[in-house]
Amino acid sequence: MTKPVQALDRVTIRFAGDSGDGMQLTGDRFTSVTAAYGNDLSTLPDFPAEIRAPAGSIPGVSGFQLHFASYDILTPGDAPDVLVAMNPAALKANLRDLPKGATLIVNTDAFTARNLDKAGYAGNPLDDGTLGDYHVHAVPLTSLTTASLKDFDITKKEAERAKNMFALGLMSWLYSRPTDATIAFLKKKFASRPVIAEANVTAFKAGYHYGETTEVFAVSYEIAPAPLAKGTYRNISGNLALSYGLIAASKLSGLPLFLGAYPITPASDVLHELAKHKHFGVRTFQAEDEIAGVGAALGAAFGGSLAVSTSSGPGIALKAETIGLAVSLELPLLVIDIQRGGPSTGLPTKTEQSDLLQVMFGRNGEAPVPVVAAATPSDCFFAAIEAARIALAYRTPVILLSDGYLANGSEPWRIPEVDTLPDISVPFTTEPNHEGDFWPYLRDEQTLARPWAVPGTPGLEHRIGGLEKADGTGNISYDPENHDRMVNLRAAKVAGIARGIAPVEVDHQDGARLLVLGWGSTYGPIGAAVRSVRGQGGKVAQAHLRHLNPFPANLGEVLARYEAVLIPEMNTGQLRKLVRAEYLVDAKGYNRVSGLPFKSEELEHVIVEMLEGASRP
Amino acid sequence: MTTSNGRSGNGAGRATATGDPPVLQLAAKDFKSDQEVRWCPGCGDYAVLSAVQSFMPSLGIPRERIVFVSGIGCSSRFPYYMNTYGLHSIHGRAPAIATGLAASRPDLAVWVITGDGDALSIGGNHLIHALRRNVNLKILLFNNQIYGLTKGQYSPTSERGKITKSTPMGSLDWPFNPVSVALGAEATFVARTVDSDRKHLTEVLRRAAEHRGAAFVEIYQNCPIFNDGAFDLLTDHDSRDDNQIRLEHGKPIRFGPDRERGVRLTDQASVDLVEVADVGEDALLVHDEHRDDPSLAFMLGRLSHTAKGPTPIGVFRDVDRPVYDDLMADQLDRAAAKQGAGDLAKLLHSGDTWQIG
Repeated sequence: MTKPVQALDRVTIRFAGDSGDGMQLTGDRFTSVTAAYGNDLSTLPDFPAEIRAPAGSIPGVSGFQLHFASYDILTPGDAPDVLVAMNPAALKANLRDLPKGATLIVNTDAFTARNLDKAGYAGNPLDDGTLGDYHVHAVPLTSLTTASLKDFDITKKEAERAKNMFALGLMSWLYSRPTDATIAFLKKKFASRPVIAEANVTAFKAGYHYGETTEVFAVSYEIAPAPLAKGTYRNISGNLALSYGLIAASKLSGLPLFLGAYPITPASDVLHELAKHKHFGVRTFQAEDEIAGVGAALGAAFGGSLAVSTSSGPGIALKAETIGLAVSLELPLLVIDIQRGGPSTGLPTKTEQSDLLQVMFGRNGEAPVPVVAAATPSDCFFAAIEAARIALAYRTPVILLSDGYLANGSEPWRIPEVDTLPDISVPFTTEPNHEGDFWPYLRDEQTLARPWAVPGTPGLEHRIGGLEKADGTGNISYDPENHDRMVNLRAAKVAGIARGIAPVEVDHQDGARLLVLGWGSTYGPIGAAVRSVRGQGGKVAQAHLRHLNPFPANLGEVLARYEAVLIPEMNTGQLRKLVRAEYLVDAKGYNRVSGLPFKSEELEHVIVEMLEGASRP
Repeated sequence: MTTSNGRSGNGAGRATATGDPPVLQLAAKDFKSDQEVRWCPGCGDYAVLSAVQSFMPSLGIPRERIVFVSGIGCSSRFPYYMNTYGLHSIHGRAPAIATGLAASRPDLAVWVITGDGDALSIGGNHLIHALRRNVNLKILLFNNQIYGLTKGQYSPTSERGKITKSTPMGSLDWPFNPVSVALGAEATFVARTVDSDRKHLTEVLRRAAEHRGAAFVEIYQNCPIFNDGAFDLLTDHDSRDDNQIRLEHGKPIRFGPDRERGVRLTDQASVDLVEVADVGEDALLVHDEHRDDPSLAFMLGRLSHTAKGPTPIGVFRDVDRPVYDDLMADQLDRAAAKQGAGDLAKLLHSGDTWQIG
């Protein structure tokens, strides 16, 4: 008997369980087959800062949300349509996000008195009416898994651990996902332990067949592939795209890549990834602290490497003095801030955009630094190349902003042809530049960049440092007029970068009098909200900034075209402050700092409210 | 530009790699930059600068392959006066910055100039990690036991009870012994010398330059303004023979005007000072720079904690250990040999991909 298949155009699924339940792996696998199937998708992992919080407790709940569709989508979904809850804590932690009428698949085996108590449930929500508003599928996932593995020569614990694969099998049936890739993946992942590989495959298939045969599920669903542009695609997370972008920048500049970094969430994966690619000539240096990470990178920059230091907000604070030195030395240096919740240690595994003003101003003296921000996970690739281009061309430290959501979120990516990527190479100086002498601070008239002469070049021996330098010769200078000139030259150099960057593009709509301006990872939710408002007949324009310092040259003129400007940010209004100061525009903000990405629905409400306000006399 | 193979190192890499030994006719004056030297009159830094400029030509390394990196402090102005590549950085960070330079450019000879405050206070962390990694750096620590550039506060090597502007009733901190710190940080080369003893200083610098890996040299350096005479016992004509214990590899450790005193290893796992006449030369400790175990070197380093009594100078330890820069280059070479040179298109297409259209 074949069950009916119902077509959907989109669905959002959230897998939630104990941090030891393998929810991230389950989510990753579902994402991978969904991407390969041709849906557009967006993901949002949500895991605790604790590696293993007490089992069964609410702080130990780990989640993975996946939004996939038969059309192009921009966000990981505001709220799940389906929640898979592996234990009572996962149910309790996630239920408030679940809209009424949503589907719930719960592992009834985990709803023991002890686990209910740990989650803070007085009674059992499965039978006390708590879940009356939802379509509940009560499935004894653990015992079904162990039953399917009873003939395997493995421990009970090992059998139970395969329950995430049973759940994945069930969800694969429910949403008509292909199974071959997951089976191949499991065989490869557990290649060194064939019996575990086979057990996981068996549990996965058992879950799939359970869906097919049990009465619990009356229908399954199909989400057709999305009509995406032609090309070769892969799924990619922000941190992976960033790592690939850095390797690409190394290739495109012809310079060896040097990464100095200290482990910090959520940036460590970039260090891990780059450490795998030594055959590209990539040197990764795990430093003794954040300061040494950026210091070593700066030393490598002096030696002619494409030098990078990755971190998150707290680490960027520690690097500030060295970034200031790089401003003074005028050497190319990429500092990458993968923002997380702050202040202080804050929320290490959550996302925020609250470091913009830190990277703009968090240094002593007049120390301007260009700032570039990535908008989506795959955009981290291109943002890294752009940041490297600026650093090399202008001999300056550049800060690239990503955040926890971009870092760990993923989306399908049309892989670019390598020959379409820009040449960002710059020549080293090899000859004297002033009457037979070498003047390290004699600038290029166009870019104001100083020459980059690396040790090993005969005849160009020179000394540079953090003391103020005489314009031209670079010798120590305490001359007041010279200092004023140098401060202004450094500022003019950074400001002049605007001449070499693309103007900000506006997605204008005829009749729109409101511009929604964003930067960074709010691109997705803002885009989805704007699309939705337009669908309801609202007139609204949207623009998104890649360059935050300097701003694109046309930004002031763009802002002046609109009666109202709305700047949604996951901070208390940092870009808004900059825009108001720079352009005297009375931009409004929508600001919420919850550690989670905006929901498109909340932005939609804000836009609609502003449109209504604007239309009132 | 960057050689991934730096085994020949110490700045002589390129020339040696081509089998073409450098023929350089450089003199001390070639290492003098055009900048006016601006230390206080009588500062010990002048003597060290002069010794370094004079001994550099003997290394046979072209100037362009030598880099001096410093932090902040009086001594950290040093790079400006050397006609080589140079980087005057920020307080305490020179070892970290130099690590990035040396690790990415094994063809360079990288020297770090630092002081007691720079290396042992604000930059203590970077110093110990550069030493334990055995990065190919020559670290010269100018120890004047005072903060000079900020006008005379006590430093982490000042003796306890030091009266300074910031410690009018005397400093409370127990001082670091730089040699102890370096040995404790797993350094492979540790030496101590004195600014005013040109010959000894030059010999120690030469030994440091020859060492592959991190070489740590503490230089007792007089600050005539804020801590004058801190090392008089070791430098004054009348007292130096009584107080300098000159370490020489393979020789019994003797000192004194007539070498009548010596250092003995006791049966209590410590060293003490003895009269040779009392114990006989055979009872004296024979100095061995190459001992794998640093314990004896550590004991010698602590015979005098702040140079206020008989104090060993010379090379305490000189052992071979793989060099960080070489190990890093070797991993790159092995990865390339195993996986082939990196192919960007292949990398971007790695993992699961699918076609549309």
